[in-house]
Amino acid sequence: MNPATLPPLVPALPELMLALGAMALLMFGVFRGPRFVHVISGLAIALLLLAAVMVVYLPGGTLTTFGGSFVVDDFARFMKVLALVGSAAAIALSTDYFDSLREQRFEYPILIVLSTIGMMMLISAADLIALYLGLETMSLVLYVLAAIHRTSVRSSEAGLKYFVLGALSSGMLLYGASLVYGFTGTVSFSGIARATAEQTSMGLLFGLVFLFAGFCFKVSAVPFHMWTPDVYEGAPTPVTAFFASAPKVAGIAMFIRGAIDAFPDIAPQWQQIVGFVAIASMLLGSFAAIGQRNFKRLMAYSSIGHMGFALIGLAAGTEEGVRGVLIYTAIYVAMTLGTFAVILSMRRKVGYVEDIGDLSGLARTHPALAFFLAVLLFSLAGIPPLAGFFAKFYVFLAAIKAGLYALAVIGVLASVVAAYYYLAIVKIMYFDEAGEGFEPMSAELKVVLGLAGLINLLFFVYPSPLLETATSAARSLF
Amino acid sequence: MYQAIVLLPLLGAILAGIIAIAGARARHPGGSPAPGAENHADNAHAGGHGAGASALHADIAHASSHHAADGHGHAAEPPAQGSRAAELITSTLLVISAILSWIAFVRIGFQQEDMRVALFPWIVSGELQVDWALRIDSLTAVMLVVVTTVSALVHIYSIGYMAEDPHRPRFFAYLSLFTFAMLALVTSDNLAQLFFGWEGVGLASYLLIGFWYQRPSANAAAIKAFIVNRVGDFGFALGIFALFALTSSINFDAVFAEGPVLANKTMHFLSWEASALTLVCILLFMGAMGKSAQFLLHTWLPDAMEGPTPVSALIHAATMVTAGVFMVARLSPLFEYSPTALAVVTFFGATTAFFAATVGLVQNDIKRIIAYSTCSQLGYMFVAMGVGAYSVGMFHLFTHAFFKALLFLGSGSVILAMHHEQDIRLMGGLKDKIPVTYWMMVIGTLALTGFPLTAGYFSKDAIIEAAYAGKNPMAVYGFGLTLIAAALTSFYSWRLVFKTFHGAPHDRHHYEHAKESPAVMLVPLALLAVGSLAAGLMFRDIFTGHGVAEFFRDSLKFAEGNHVLEDMHHVPTFVALLPTVMMLIGFAVAYDFYLRRPEAPVRLAEQHALLYRFLLNKWYFDELYEVLFVRPALRLGRLLWKGGDGYVIDGFGPDGVSARVIDVTRGVVRLQTGYLYHYAFAMLIGVAALITWFMFGGAH
Repeated sequence: MNPATLPPLVPALPELMLALGAMALLMFGVFRGPRFVHVISGLAIALLLLAAVMVVYLPGGTLTTFGGSFVVDDFARFMKVLALVGSAAAIALSTDYFDSLREQRFEYPILIVLSTIGMMMLISAADLIALYLGLETMSLVLYVLAAIHRTSVRSSEAGLKYFVLGALSSGMLLYGASLVYGFTGTVSFSGIARATAEQTSMGLLFGLVFLFAGFCFKVSAVPFHMWTPDVYEGAPTPVTAFFASAPKVAGIAMFIRGAIDAFPDIAPQWQQIVGFVAIASMLLGSFAAIGQRNFKRLMAYSSIGHMGFALIGLAAGTEEGVRGVLIYTAIYVAMTLGTFAVILSMRRKVGYVEDIGDLSGLARTHPALAFFLAVLLFSLAGIPPLAGFFAKFYVFLAAIKAGLYALAVIGVLASVVAAYYYLAIVKIMYFDEAGEGFEPMSAELKVVLGLAGLINLLFFVYPSPLLETATSAARSLF
Repeated sequence: MYQAIVLLPLLGAILAGIIAIAGARARHPGGSPAPGAENHADNAHAGGHGAGASALHADIAHASSHHAADGHGHAAEPPAQGSRAAELITSTLLVISAILSWIAFVRIGFQQEDMRVALFPWIVSGELQVDWALRIDSLTAVMLVVVTTVSALVHIYSIGYMAEDPHRPRFFAYLSLFTFAMLALVTSDNLAQLFFGWEGVGLASYLLIGFWYQRPSANAAAIKAFIVNRVGDFGFALGIFALFALTSSINFDAVFAEGPVLANKTMHFLSWEASALTLVCILLFMGAMGKSAQFLLHTWLPDAMEGPTPVSALIHAATMVTAGVFMVARLSPLFEYSPTALAVVTFFGATTAFFAATVGLVQNDIKRIIAYSTCSQLGYMFVAMGVGAYSVGMFHLFTHAFFKALLFLGSGSVILAMHHEQDIRLMGGLKDKIPVTYWMMVIGTLALTGFPLTAGYFSKDAIIEAAYAGKNPMAVYGFGLTLIAAALTSFYSWRLVFKTFHGAPHDRHHYEHAKESPAVMLVPLALLAVGSLAAGLMFRDIFTGHGVAEFFRDSLKFAEGNHVLEDMHHVPTFVALLPTVMMLIGFAVAYDFYLRRPEAPVRLAEQHALLYRFLLNKWYFDELYEVLFVRPALRLGRLLWKGGDGYVIDGFGPDGVSARVIDVTRGVVRLQTGYLYHYAFAMLIGVAALITWFMFGGAH
C-alpha cells in the first residue's frame, strides 16, 4: 500500500483509541493478575467515556474514510455516544455482582470494550462488508459474555444457544448480502441505492429479506427473537443488562442505516417487512410477558416489545420516524439500565433472586428502591409525564403522519396490554405483604439507578437536548 | 323578618347537624359505628320483610302483626354529647320563627302588606331566569303560621318524646332541616324554588322515616316513600318543563299572566293533541298526588309511620303532605281556567277521602288509623280545590294541621305510656291512667269528626257544602263520597278512642305500668287542643265567609263564573245538616259496636269475611303494585344486572378481554419450548413467509 494513499484516520480515532486501550488493559490484566479487576473496570469505563467525548468533539459534518465504507455523521455520533454510555453503565453494573459471586474476571470489562468497538464500526458502516465486520466483532464477544460463567449450566446453555442461532442469522445476513451484491454489482450503500433506483428484481428482494432477517435477529424482533428470553434468563444478570442496552443500540443503528441509506427507492417493500415485524414484536412482547414470573425473562419480552415500538418509527420511513426511533432508543436504554440496576440489587443472604414475587412489599422494606422502580415501570408502560410516554408519542406521531394508522392503533393497544404486567409489579411492591428485605445496594448500582430514574422522571422538564440532537441526527441520513 | 322566618330553622339544622357530627366523631373515633352494635331485638319482627328489595310492600307484614317498637330500648347506648344544646337551639329558633310568623300573618292578612323579597339570582341560562325570592302574600302567610307553629310545638314535644334516644342531635337537625325546606316551599316565587322545597321536604321525610336506620322495616318504608314520590315528581317536573316550553318562564307572575291564553292552546303530547293548560295542570297535579298521598300514590304514607311519632305529626299529617294542596292553591290562576283538570282533582280527592276512610275502619295500629285518616282528610281538601273553593280547602288544611297534629302527638303519648305498644287491640281502659292524654285525644277526635263549633266542623262541613254547590261534573261524586266518608271518619275515630281508652284493659302488664307523659309533651298538646277547638270559629270568616276576597286578594284566583263561595252559603238546609247527622251515625255505630256490644264487630267481620279482608289489606294495593311494578322492575333489574352487566359488559368487556389475553399469553409462552431447533425453525419460517409474501402478495 502506498503511504500516500493512507486513508485519513481522524474519523476512526475513537475506535483506534479504544482498540489500543483494550490491548493495554489486556496486557495489564494478564501480567498483574486478577487482583486489579476493579482498576481495570474503572479504566475501561474511563476509556469508554473518553471515547464518547472524542466522538462528540470530532470535526463536525459528515466524515468518510476507508474508501467510503466508514461514515461519521450526526446519526453515527448520536448512536455511538448512546452505545458507549450503555457499555460503560453495563460495566458499572457488573462489579458488585461478580464480587459477591467471587467470579471476578478482568477479561469482562475488556471484552465489553472490544464489543463496543464492533458496535461503533457497525454504526459507522456504509457498505456491506464493513457492516459484517462490525457485526461479527460485536457478536463474537457477546457469545463469549453469555457463557462467561463457565461453571454454570444455564450460562453455558445460553451462550451456546446464542452462538448457534447467531451463526444461523449471520449466515442469512451474508446470503442476503451476496444476493444484493449479485443483483446490484456493488457493496457500498450509495451504490446499491443507485442501482435499485434504476431497476429492482425479485432477486434483490430476496436479498433484502435475508439481510433484514439478520438485522431483526440482532434487535430481537419477532420471529427472530426466540433466543432472547432463554439467553436473557440464562446469562449472568450484568451480561443481560449489557445485552439489553448497547448492542440493541448498535442493532437499531445498523437497521436504520441499512434500510434508509441502501434501499431508499424500494422503501415500500421494506416498510412492509418492518411493519409486520413491528406489529408481531409489540404483540408478542406484550402478551408473552404477562405469563412470566422471572424478572429477567419478563425484561426479555419487554425489550422485544420495545424494539417493536421503536421499529414503528422506521416503518414510517420518514425523517421524523427516524427521529422517533432515535429518541425511543435513548430513552429505552435509560429505562432498561435502571431496571437492571434494580434486578441486580435483588440480593438476599442466600444469593440473588429473580422472581417478581420477591419484590412483594418492597415499598415498606426499601421505599426509595421501590419508588425508583415504580418510576421506571410506569415509564416502560408509557405513562405520562414520564420519558417512556414521549418515546412512544414520537414514534406514534410519525406513524400517523406517514398514514400508518393501523400500526399506530395496534401499537397503542399493545401498550395497554403491556401496561398490565408493569403495573402488576408496582402492585406487588406497594400492596402485597412485605417479604424479607434485600442486602444494601452498592454505590455503582445506586448511581446508575438514580441517573436512570431521574432521566425518566425529569425528561419532560428539559427535553430539548435529546430532541434537538435526535433531530439533527435524523436529518443527516436524508 | 321574612328572611329570618325561613332561615332560622336552617341555622338550627346546621348547628344541630354540627353537634350530631361532632358527637358521632367523639363516640366512634376513626370510623363508622359497627352495624351490629346498636341493633335490637326488634330486628326479629322485621326480618320477615327480607332485604330492601321488598321496599314497596313493606307494610304487608305489618297489616296483621304490627308491633313496631317506637324508639325501643335505645337507652342502652349513652346519649350523644350536646343533645340538650341541640334541642334548645333548634326549639328556640323555631319558637322565634313561629312568633314572627304570627306577626307576619297579621301584617299580611289584615294590613295587606304583600311583598316580594328578592334575595339573589339563582339560575340564569338563556331564556331561563330564576331568582331566589320570597313571595309573601296571604296564602304564604297561612302556610307560614301552620308550618312554624306545628313545627315549634313538635320540636318541644320531641324533647320529651325522644328523651331516651341516643341520637337526638341528628333528629333535631333533620326536623329543622325539614322545616326550612317546607318554608322554602311555601315562600317560593317560581316553580324551580317550589321544586327545591318540594324535594327538600322529600329528603327530610326520607331521613326521618328512616331515622331508626337499624330497623330494616324503617329503611324499607323510607325507600318506599322516596320511590313513590318519584312517580309524582316525574309528572311534576314534566309539568314544569311543559310550562316553560309554553311560556318561556317559570316565575309565578309571568306564568299566571299567561293562564287565560294557555287555556286555548294545544300541545303535542304522546301522539295526541291536548289542551295545553289541562295537560300542564294534570301533570303538576301528579306531583301533588305523590306528595299528598292521593289515591294510587298513597301507599307510602301508612308505611311512613315507621318514623318517630313527632315526625308523623309534623311531616305526615300537618305540613309536608299538605304541600300538594298548597301547590294547587298557589297555581289556582292556572287550574281555574281548566275545568277538566279541576274535575280530575275532584275525582281523585273524593276517591281518596272515601277509600282511605274505608281502610281506616279496620286497622288496628293506632298510628296507621290516623295515617289513613290523614289521607282521607287530604282527599277532602282536594275536593274543595277541585270545585273551585280554594280558600275552603286552605281552611281545612289550616284546621286539620291542628287537630291532626294533636291526634298524632296524643297517640304518641299513648304509645309512650304503653311502652311502645301500638296495637289498639292490646290497649283499653287507659282513660283513668292517662286522663290528660285521654281528653286531648277526645278533643282531637271531636274536631276531626266535625262536632259543632270545633275547628273541623267549620272546615269539613264547608267542603261538603262546597261540593254540593260546585258546578264541575265531578262535584256530585265528590259530595256523595265526602258525605259517606264523614260517617266513616266518625266511626273509625271513635273506634280508636273507645278501644284505646274505654273498656277493659287487654294487656294488664302494660296497663299497670302506664303513666302520664311529662309536661314538656302535654303543653304542646294543650296548645294544639286550643287550636283544634277555636281555630274554626276564629278564622271562619276569612276562609269561607265574606272576608275571603279581602284576606286572600290576588293570592287565590276565582274566575268570572266561579261563585261557589257564594253558592255554598245558600245550599238547602238538609245539606248543611247532613254532615252532622253522618257524624252522629258514625258515633252511634261505634258506641254500639265497641262499648255496648263488643262482640258485634267480630261477628260482622266473620259474616263479611271477604269485605273485611279486602279492607284490612287496604284494597290490595300493595299486592297489586307488587305484581304490576315491583316484580317486573326487579326482573328487569336482574336481567340487566346478570345479563346486561354480568354477561355482556363484563363478559365481553373487562373479564372477557382479560381472559382472552391470558389465553393468548398461554399460547405464546408455549411456543418458547427451549429447543434450539424450534427456534431456528421459527427463524426460517419467518424468512420463508416474508419471501412468499413478496413472491405472491405484496411485491409491486
